[in-house]
Amino acid sequence: MSLENPTPVLLVDGLRKIYPAPTPQAEAVEAIRNLTFSIPQGQLVCIVGPSGAGKTTLLKCIAGLLPPTSGTLELEGKPITGPPRTMAVVFQEYGRSLYPWMSVQANVELPLKTAGMGKAERRQRTAEALDAVGLGDAGDKYPWQLSGGMQQRVAIARAVAYRPQILLMDEPFAAVDAQTRADLEDLVRKIWKELGVTVLFVTHDIDESVYLGQRVIVLSNRPTVVQDDVAIDLLDERDQLTTRSDPRFVELRHHIYGEIQRAKGNTGDAEQAKTA
Amino acid sequence: MRFFKSVFFLLALPVVLIALWWLSAIVNPSFFVPTPGELITTFFTTWFGERFTDDVLPSLGRLALGIIGSVVVGIVLGLLIGSFRTLRQLLEPLLEFFRAIPPPVLLPLLMIIIGVNWRMQVFVIIFGSLWPVLLNTVEGVRATDEVQRDTARSYGLGRAARLRYLILPAAAPQILAGIRQCLSIALILMVISELWYTSSGLGFTIVKFQRDFAIPEMWSGILVLGLIGLLLAVLFRYIERYLLRWYHGLREVQRES
Repeated sequence: MSLENPTPVLLVDGLRKIYPAPTPQAEAVEAIRNLTFSIPQGQLVCIVGPSGAGKTTLLKCIAGLLPPTSGTLELEGKPITGPPRTMAVVFQEYGRSLYPWMSVQANVELPLKTAGMGKAERRQRTAEALDAVGLGDAGDKYPWQLSGGMQQRVAIARAVAYRPQILLMDEPFAAVDAQTRADLEDLVRKIWKELGVTVLFVTHDIDESVYLGQRVIVLSNRPTVVQDDVAIDLLDERDQLTTRSDPRFVELRHHIYGEIQRAKGNTGDAEQAKTA
Repeated sequence: MRFFKSVFFLLALPVVLIALWWLSAIVNPSFFVPTPGELITTFFTTWFGERFTDDVLPSLGRLALGIIGSVVVGIVLGLLIGSFRTLRQLLEPLLEFFRAIPPPVLLPLLMIIIGVNWRMQVFVIIFGSLWPVLLNTVEGVRATDEVQRDTARSYGLGRAARLRYLILPAAAPQILAGIRQCLSIALILMVISELWYTSSGLGFTIVKFQRDFAIPEMWSGILVLGLIGLLLAVLFRYIERYLLRWYHGLREVQRES
């Protein structure tokens, strides 16, 4: 893999995160033991793991919102010390990530506005982004006047209008219904292809990870290490019906399911014991 | 139909009470209680003339300055204290102490320091009505949602942009709740600050009427104060509805689901 893509856009090397004890009586929590992986430009990578595997911690570290305890995080060769300019994040809690006091339009426009972009240009970008997610005529509404799925579309539009190099998504569809979810998955594939952006998609849903990704990184239980790194060799054109009934899809799904089951009993401690 | 219904509920009880008052004033007239008719006539003759420009307007001016002062100082200090942890820890005991002092007891002190003038009166109003704005702003800033903050940071919003687009609007419901309390305290302190060693203002005039046994005039002064309070409340409600239209809409949606 590294032969084809010599310069990764994102490099995670020996990442460790320990949350210090909040009180002297409590114990410090080691969320991430040791994570090492790299992501080449333009790849769509899904990260799955059992609940409590430190997925959100990992994402927050990559987003520059949380300083790691040790290890290296690099974006395009530069260490991540704060939220990088070329990165956009879509959070799981769309209801809290969109500002309820602003219209949909103003929400999408805000990062562009504070970056100093002229009015005409940001209006145009916002309109394009809203069109891309199928919400061209919802600009004047408040986010809370829309359904959950539509709100998450607005959050995606905001990320799209920002034109990031890399897009992080933290279980973005965990709170929407199944039908909406399928539509949103296809939307992510479409946007990824159209923008040529690198996507890091965190999820706890195995089917979703196989359906979306070119590659799936499986995390172990806490303290977290990389349990497995699976290349998804499905056709590039994916379809909710045919892809999901493809024998290879089922095979990959089984494989990752098995890994997750193993991951539940597996922690960084067990991994170390094994190699020792 | 709904309009008539709401007008009915608005006026029914006041009309009944006024009727009872009138009736009792006829059956059992008292020197200390004027009839409603007498009160209305006195109200117009007393307050619409020289007294309006000499007493009512200056009082209202001081009240307005006091309210604006409390709101501005309260929000600015509240934003600072709410944003910086060390500042909060440093100031909290002191603020609790100042807040516990009943503002009227400052009057004798301030008269010596500042003198008896409009600046002293405005200061007393600010000192007393600042606290609900300040403390609510601190709470509002501290309660800003973590995901909202992370969103602002990940999209590279600087400090000023975060203040304007995130922290102020997020804290606005709390800040406005503080301002609502501030209004009534300010009105009380406006009257109290005019009670001693002054020669003009609403508070002064009402006490003077009482000492002169001008009973209907005294009552009409209380009516003026009541009307000012009511006007402030209505005005505030209007502004609040406008500024927080998103908040009331959001709450309604949340209640339905």
